[in-house]
Amino acid sequence: MPESGALTLPTPFLRWFSEKGWRPRAHQLELLLRSEAGESTLLIAPTGAGKTLAGFLPSLVDIDRRGIIPAGSPFVGIHTLYISPLKALAVDIERNLMKPVGEMGLPVRIENRTGDTPQGKRQRQKLNPPDILLTTPEQLALLLANGEAERFFKDLRYVVLDELHSLVMSKRGHLLSLGLARLRRLAPALQTIGLSATVADPLDLQRWLVAQTPPQEATPQETPTQQACAGLITVAGGAKPEIAILRTEKHVPWAGHSARYAIADVYVAIKEHRTTLLFVNTRSQAEMLFQELWTINDDNLPIALHHGSLDVAQRRRVEAAMAENRLRAVVATSTLDLGIDWGDVDLVVHVGAPKGASRLAQRIGRANHRMDEPSRAILVPANRFEVMECQAALDANYIGAQDTPPIGKGALDVLAQHILGMACARPFDALELYDEVTSAAPYAHLSWETFERAVDLVATGGYALRTYERYARIRRTKDGLWRVSNPTVAQQYRLNVGTIVESPMLNIRMVKRNQRGSLGRGGMSLGKVEEYFLEMLSPGDTFLFSGKVLRFEGIRDNECLVSQAFSFDPKVPSYAGGKFPLSTYLAAQVREMLADPDRRDRLPDQVRDWLALQGDVSMLPRADELLIETFPRGSRHYMIAYAFEGRLAHQTLGMLLTRRLDRAGLKPLGFVATDYSLAVWALDDMGAAFQAGRPSLGQLFEEDMLGDDLEAWLNESFLLKRTFRNCAVIAGLIEQRHPGREKTARQITVSADLIYDVLRAHEPDHILLEATRNDAATGLLDIDRLGSMLKRIKGHITHRGLDRISPLAVPVMLEIGRESVHGEAQDFLLTEAADDLINEAMGGKGTDY
Amino acid sequence: MHRLLHAISAPAANVSIQTRTTINGVAAICDPLGGLYLPEGRTLVVSDLHLEKGSAFARRGMMLPPYDTLATLRILEAVVARHSPATVISLGDNFHDRKGSAAMPENFRQMVAAMARGREWIWINGNHDPDGAQGLPGTSMDELRHAGLVFRHEPSTGDGIGEIAGHLHPSATVRRRERSVRRACFATDGRRLVMPAFGVTTGGLDLRHPAMTGLFDRQQLIAHMLGRDRIYSVRFANLLG
Repeated sequence: MPESGALTLPTPFLRWFSEKGWRPRAHQLELLLRSEAGESTLLIAPTGAGKTLAGFLPSLVDIDRRGIIPAGSPFVGIHTLYISPLKALAVDIERNLMKPVGEMGLPVRIENRTGDTPQGKRQRQKLNPPDILLTTPEQLALLLANGEAERFFKDLRYVVLDELHSLVMSKRGHLLSLGLARLRRLAPALQTIGLSATVADPLDLQRWLVAQTPPQEATPQETPTQQACAGLITVAGGAKPEIAILRTEKHVPWAGHSARYAIADVYVAIKEHRTTLLFVNTRSQAEMLFQELWTINDDNLPIALHHGSLDVAQRRRVEAAMAENRLRAVVATSTLDLGIDWGDVDLVVHVGAPKGASRLAQRIGRANHRMDEPSRAILVPANRFEVMECQAALDANYIGAQDTPPIGKGALDVLAQHILGMACARPFDALELYDEVTSAAPYAHLSWETFERAVDLVATGGYALRTYERYARIRRTKDGLWRVSNPTVAQQYRLNVGTIVESPMLNIRMVKRNQRGSLGRGGMSLGKVEEYFLEMLSPGDTFLFSGKVLRFEGIRDNECLVSQAFSFDPKVPSYAGGKFPLSTYLAAQVREMLADPDRRDRLPDQVRDWLALQGDVSMLPRADELLIETFPRGSRHYMIAYAFEGRLAHQTLGMLLTRRLDRAGLKPLGFVATDYSLAVWALDDMGAAFQAGRPSLGQLFEEDMLGDDLEAWLNESFLLKRTFRNCAVIAGLIEQRHPGREKTARQITVSADLIYDVLRAHEPDHILLEATRNDAATGLLDIDRLGSMLKRIKGHITHRGLDRISPLAVPVMLEIGRESVHGEAQDFLLTEAADDLINEAMGGKGTDY
Repeated sequence: MHRLLHAISAPAANVSIQTRTTINGVAAICDPLGGLYLPEGRTLVVSDLHLEKGSAFARRGMMLPPYDTLATLRILEAVVARHSPATVISLGDNFHDRKGSAAMPENFRQMVAAMARGREWIWINGNHDPDGAQGLPGTSMDELRHAGLVFRHEPSTGDGIGEIAGHLHPSATVRRRERSVRRACFATDGRRLVMPAFGVTTGGLDLRHPAMTGLFDRQQLIAHMLGRDRIYSVRFANLLG
């Protein structure tokens, strides 16, 4: 092996670098060296560090050395597999990679394979595979579920996984880890190369990249760090980004998420830069910001909008215009987070708090794709708590702190899908497949018993009542191997592969009214919107979509019909997705800021004065202290808990506290949660009750609420239905698509809800209900976080009984009425609606619509 | 919460079954469990049981829970026990498909037989099960006329006077305080009544859906929505589209 890095590069590469006047970067050579030594490696580097070329260099050098395969040679499978989370990224990389490969004159065939790849090309790829195949996790699952997988992957040398930090976080990552385990079986010599942005715990990713030893075989003295893991190369960030919080003379609002107050300042910043990328957290914020900017866009600057529910064609137009530098600004949600090259962005504006330090760093990285120039970013807090949060994120960025969440355990619904896929590929031996599955890091701790239940779920639905044996989808034959019962099963698998379950969405179509007032047909399609949002609308209601104010006309043939509205006060779409909770790290920072006079002093005047007033009227809690305020207002009594644990954990806390307060006879009426605090209101005086110890705050916040209370609540709530639906679709219990007919999302929802009820009543321990509870505990309910908070505040709860609302309570109090309260209020609403009839009978017209 | 869970958990005594209506002048009581009781002829009407739906899907490779038949029959037992009718009329789509009634497991057949003992039991044929119920007590027929009423599966296109039908699985939605609630319902304008689907894994079709057009006089139409332990009656005009 050559000593110096430069010597490891073959001539065409050296010539190419010198013709360009470049030198290979140290990490590129390092990765090449380690790969040639047989090591799998994780490369962590900021945007613009030449990560892509680094990732492909070992493949390109190896293929160059091998040379062209002469015609008439025996079949050779693909050499390198590249997996990206986005279809668009796979296509983008093909373009970016073809250029140097062409210039160096390398004998390398590169092709992509996505859902859009035509059937003919797919067929040809199987017969005559390219050297490098660029694809997505779903396409890999499909390739692996095929009988020819063995042949196709037998020569695989490298798997390059791009944006690994984003891939591993989701169920797609679980599916991919299982696919990788199968690839290792088909090509034992393969090495992985992971490309990632900076993460909090690289070791998680390093383990993910290589085969794990099941725990029962690991020797007891082995510590986690000695477990199998890939090597690590870290490239330090380039120039420190220049981040500022928007300073304004305007009044920063107490609550809300619109940041309307700052629009004029943001517009000035756009004018002062070449191209600005404006990030927001939700699609509704994107709509609103876009609308507001155009209201004051006197210079007619080309400002565009980009979010996930817009029509694909429209998104592609925006992306193209962006790449050609024809736009001055784009308002975007997380659809633009990942590594596509966006031309010369010289400013990133983040409207609303970023909710996580790592997320902020990744978004700022979108500006200036060159490492040596500093990125410029402006943070625009939408309210006063967000000012503190933005300051905390800025401090974190300065010291390079990271707060990406840990990788979760592999989901059981994904496992079921994979098992069916493997049966489609070839008959499997259960023990062998179990060993393979547990070599994937997310499934390393899967027990044999759970694995067997998953196989049973695939075969007959996994019910205790074994009535479906004769309809089994896979069965164990005399040779002891599991195989699919008939070819339709494989066909069904192929139609339903993947872990992204679409929430019911309806197409939005623009129509015109004719002279007779009836609706015309066939206008332009604007994109898609969640069905549940439309269920809240009545014909005539207006909402913002695609930057336009639209009038809801009705639903016809599974399309939402709208017309141009002339209202300026639209009902804004309220999407459920996209509301990230505040990260644990930033929450802790905000708590410390509140407690530290020096850090408070560095905040803008408005915010500092607000906090000072809070100190006078009530108090500012210490970082480890939970402040509870109680006060009367109107005919109600309020309790505010400043827990700083993010909206999801607060919502769960609210549910559980109201149950306990109800049991204590304090007549709670409702609650509302923000990222920072929780407000509960009741008919009885909670403050007096706490002082009298019925119950004490210690009892109220006792950790045992996560036991029986949680269980009892989950059994009554509707919250888990959506989660169940996703699990049932992924596990293949309910099909999204059936050969010959497409099931609409609406149909799936109906049946999934009913199945959930039936299953819960008759088989509460069913594996899919277990999967649902696991999903909800880590996602929707944020149980772990709530649990660690309850532990943290034990013995540190301070109660302030006030005679009126405190300054710190204002933001959450303003949210009341803005958000609907969860709960079992359905029958109450029905009673009200039914009272209409009585009202009518009594001659009254007192209904509110 | 689903009424399936109420049938198992809620004692019958707490339930209000006072919601009365008339169809072509004949008095009827809407039961929140989804049955219609006609006191004059001591007749209980249910519709769209869709028994053996789970196994019908399993046969085609979708392994839905095999508990739907049992759950539906338990609710049926509860509503039969409550009214102790002389006659039970099941208005069609009694089984999810043609094979359902012959393939139903023995223990479920015995449950049906026990319920039918000492009563007249009529299976109206539906579009899912046009061949009648196989090997079960009772009489299968396409349509039944009795005392000013006509019982059939699909609502007719005519004026529908005195018609009690199923097939459509009507449901209705109300909105209050920016939240909407959707429930299965009895739909009636006083001339005709369309029954809610009784089976536990049956979905609903909104009363405003085009398939409902022309069936009712919307001025008189009331949705008797199934609640936890009572019926909620709402005028069509007050429903959400």
